[in-house]
This record gives sequence, C-alpha cells and structure tokens, in this order.
Amino acid sequence: MSDAPLALSASEPLSGPRGSWLAKFFIKIDWLAWAVPAGLLIAWQIASSFGLIPSTVLPSPADVALAGWKLAASGDLFINIGVSTLRALAGLAVGGGIGFVFGFANGLSKLSERLTDTTFQMLRNIPHLALIPLVILWFGIEEEAKLFLVALGVFFPIYLNTLHGIRNVDPQLVEMGRSYGLSSFALLRRVILPGALPSILVGLRFGLGVMWLTLIVAETIAAQSGIGYMAMQAREFMQVDVVVFSVLIYAALGKLADSTARLLEKLCLKWHPAFQDLMG
Amino acid sequence: MSHMREASARQRPDFDGLFREPSIVTGVDLSIKGLGKAFGAKQILRGLDLFVPAGQFVAVVGRSGCGKSTLLRLVAGLDKPSGGTIRFGGEEASVKGNTPVRVMFQEPRLLPWARLLANVEIGLGMRKNAMANNEAALEALRAVGLGDRAQEWPSPLSGGQKQRVALARALVSKPRLLAFDEPLGALDALTRIEMQSLLERVWQRDKFTALLVTHDVAEALTLADRVIMIEDGKITFDINVDLPRPRHRGSVDLALLEERILSLLLRKDADQPEYEI
Ligand SMILES: Nc1ncnc2c1ncn2[C@@H]1O[C@H](COP(=O)(O)OP(=O)(O)O)[C@@H](O)[C@H]1O
Ligand SMILES: [Mg+2]
Repeated sequence: MSDAPLALSASEPLSGPRGSWLAKFFIKIDWLAWAVPAGLLIAWQIASSFGLIPSTVLPSPADVALAGWKLAASGDLFINIGVSTLRALAGLAVGGGIGFVFGFANGLSKLSERLTDTTFQMLRNIPHLALIPLVILWFGIEEEAKLFLVALGVFFPIYLNTLHGIRNVDPQLVEMGRSYGLSSFALLRRVILPGALPSILVGLRFGLGVMWLTLIVAETIAAQSGIGYMAMQAREFMQVDVVVFSVLIYAALGKLADSTARLLEKLCLKWHPAFQDLMG
Repeated sequence: MSHMREASARQRPDFDGLFREPSIVTGVDLSIKGLGKAFGAKQILRGLDLFVPAGQFVAVVGRSGCGKSTLLRLVAGLDKPSGGTIRFGGEEASVKGNTPVRVMFQEPRLLPWARLLANVEIGLGMRKNAMANNEAALEALRAVGLGDRAQEWPSPLSGGQKQRVALARALVSKPRLLAFDEPLGALDALTRIEMQSLLERVWQRDKFTALLVTHDVAEALTLADRVIMIEDGKITFDINVDLPRPRHRGSVDLALLEERILSLLLRKDADQPEYEI
C-alpha cells in the first residue's frame, strides 16, 4: 500500500535510517501469507489453459486481466469506481456522522438515551437490505436510494460502538479531570473522546465493511452507474470476464477500506500498549 | 561504578528546579464543623470537627471502611456533605473548578493517551497560557526525577514512577491543600520509603497543608505533624507528633507511638471480633 509511510509521523524519531521505510515495508510483507492466493491463481490459469474450466463459467486470469485492461483503457472503469467510491463515502459520512452524534449524546446523557436508544435497538433488528423494495418505491433508483441504504447500514455499528466506548471510559479518570478543574469541553476533548476512541474505531471498521456490502447489493439492484451496475450490465451481454473483474474490484476496495481503518487505528492509538510494538 | 553514580544523579529529584523562585502560595487553614455524610441510610460521618492550621501535615488513620476516603472526598469537593461546613482560610468551600485543593489518589489515574508532560499539564486545569503551562509541567516533572521522560507514554512506567507523575500533576498548580488517599498503598516497600521521603521534602519546601489518608501507622508517624483517628464517624484520637525530621524508622519514640496507636486501632477489634473463633 503506497500510503504506508504515513504511519511514521514527522515528529516521531525514527528508529532506523530515514530512507529505509520502503525497504522495511517490503521486508515486512509476509510472503508466506501470499503463497496460497498466488498458488490458487496459477492453478486457475493452468486449469483454464487446459480447458478444464469452460470460459463461459470462469474465464482465465489472463482473460479477466485483459477485460480489466480494456475497461481501464476506455475510462469506464475509473468513472464507475469514482461513482461507487463517492456513494460509499457519502453514505459513510451521513450514517457515520449521525451514528457518532447519537452514540455520543446517548453515552453522556441519560435523557437522550431514554428517548432514542429503544427505538434504535428496535430498528437494528431489521436487516437494512430488506428495505430495498421500500427504498425503490420511495426514491426510485436515484442517488438517494443508495445513500439512504448505505447510511442506514453504517449507522448502527458506529452508533453502538461509540455508545459502548463512551460508557466504558474509566470513571476514575473522569473524576480526576473534574477534580483538577477541567471544563466540560476540556473533559470531553482530553478524557472522554480519547477514552472512547478505540471502540469508535472498531465501529468504523465494521461500518466500512457494511458500507461496501450495502453498496454492492444496492448497485446491483438499483443503479445506472457504479461497479455493481457495470457487473450487471456485463451479465446481460454474457461478459463473464467483466463480471469476475468487478468482483475483484470490490474485493480490492474492501481491503483498501480495511487497511485504511487499521492505519487510522495505528495512528490514533499510538499510546496503546497493544499498538506500540507495531509502531516500531 | 562511576556509570552507576551518573545514573542515580540523573534520577535524583531536582527540587531546586521546582522551587527556584520561593513559592508565594503557602498552605491554607482547613476548618471542618459538624461534618456529616450518609450514603442512603448508612451514616458514615457524624458531626466531625477538625481544624488544620495552614501548612500542617495531618495523617488520618482508622480501620478500613471508617470513612477516611469519604472525609477526603468531601474536603476535595468530590462529594457533597449531608451536613456541616468545610471552610478554607475562612471561606466557604468554593465553587467547582476554583478549589485550592488537589487530590492524589491511590491509583495514579494518568491519561494513557497523553504523554507525561501533557498528563502533568492537566494539573493546571483551565489555565490558558500554553507556554507557561509547558514550562511549569516540565519543572514539576523534573522535581519528581522524571524530567528526561516528559515525552513518553505512561503505560510502560512502573507503579512508583506513575505515582511520581501523579505527584507532579498534583504539585504543578501549587495547591494550598494537598489531599492524599493512600497514595503509596499499592507500591512495594522500597519504592514506598523513597516516595515517603520525596513527599516529605516536597512538603517541607512548599509548605502546603497536607491531609494524608493511610492505613499504615508507621507511614503516618514518619510524615505527619499530627495524627488523627476516625472511629464511628468522629475523631476519637488526635495527637501531635513532635519528633524531629527527617524521622528514622525504628527509632524508639516512633516505635512507642506506633505501638500506642496500633493498640487503639486494635482495641476496637477485640471488642467486636469480625470472625467467630
Ligand atoms: N458512593 C458510596 N455509596 C455508598 N456507600 C459508600 C460510598 N462510598 C463509600 N461508602 C461506604 O462508606 C464507608 C466508608 O468508606 P470509605 O470512606 O471509603 O472508607 P475508608 O476509611 O476505608 O477509606 C464504607 O462502608 C463504604 O461502603
Ligand atoms: Mg479508602
């Protein structure tokens, strides 16, 4: 991942010579972990080349790569990735933002919790994808439909984990802060928010997973652009290679989101003993 | 050998750092009248009276659960009394955020996500001037012998080091009354002795009023000008300890006094055995 060096912030003294992070990064890659996927890929290619797998069922890796290349060359690929990413991030911002605000409010205020928590817990039990027919009735296949579904999906993990994080801030630390005369705002900023952060970041990671899942489904069913739409379109024309390529794109984007969340954890939780050895 | 001496010189608290300029703020009188505190139906403190003149070091002893921590929390404004008054230097216990009292708890209560310097800065509460805060916090850290570790995280520190940071945090705002709730209770014997002498020297320099809750009678006698004992929600024993400082553990005077206080503490036990034999 090209943004790995962000993990070494400029103010941090580096343990090794400054230029060596790239070398270190490649040494850090666990080659053994990649042996199995690489082996599978080779086996797949061989099986396809010898005609063991019909190309109408599963095209060879080379064909998939070629399809990807063509899509990239025509520019469609990047437009669709851009559209999907924008949708995903918009849904994350809306759903995550609302979840964070309510998680925070309900963690701090008993009144707010009594007003809203039961409602959220009830709604949580509805699988949000089950709302697709309703959402299509409401919004058609406009952008609002995808935004609504993604936001709804992302809301719950972020809400629940923020609430949990705030509730589990060490009350002794809060008491200490009060007794040392911190204002409510300073207490929030210096004690409560950092104390809840590990849990909030866990919520974010779950939220990112739900985000892609929701978007894939929503785009497959109700969209006129995006990667899900690209895959459905290809299905109509029996372009199995494009379908497979789309699936791989989703996998890559999901992995990228997860890695970003992990990186964020490493950056924000440098103080945490569990992350200290990772930081080197 | 020389290498060792060097290391210990670096570790030794730099008092002059903290007190380079003579401290203007000194202790404050503490006067408590008719203090009562009940948790539900349980009356913990009833009609407790206590006057501590400015700069005195008072140790509070008593059996576990007698209300020592409760008294200290009331003085620090962490709880509201159900009756009576607490005054500092003639003034009513002040509005929150503006108390002359600082507390050091049994646990260090350091923020794990803040470096040592930032942790000590918390002790300055809402003071705005960032530069001056930084300076003051660093001096306080130097005073407890951790000046060279200001930019480290708290989690790898030992228990004694964490308590030293907590002490720096309590000292940095130059409190007029410092309340300790068994601050050394969780430390090993050697670290404890070191911390006791650190506390004593800090107090001798700054002359704040000190209220130390402890269950260790020897510790109370080593540090305090006066030892009070709480029983049944009241002060039942109040003695001045007129021994020269620094006091030496194992001196005869100290041992005799300790014997006397311990027998008072234990007498209660003989009257009402907790366990049937
Ligand atoms: N917040 C509270 N609610 C109910 N009971 C309490 C509370 N705090 C202390 N107590 C009770 O008050 C008594 C005295 O407690 P404390 O002052 O902590 O004793 P100690 O002298 O050991 O420090 C104990 O019996 C304890 O159970
Ligand atoms: Mg106690």
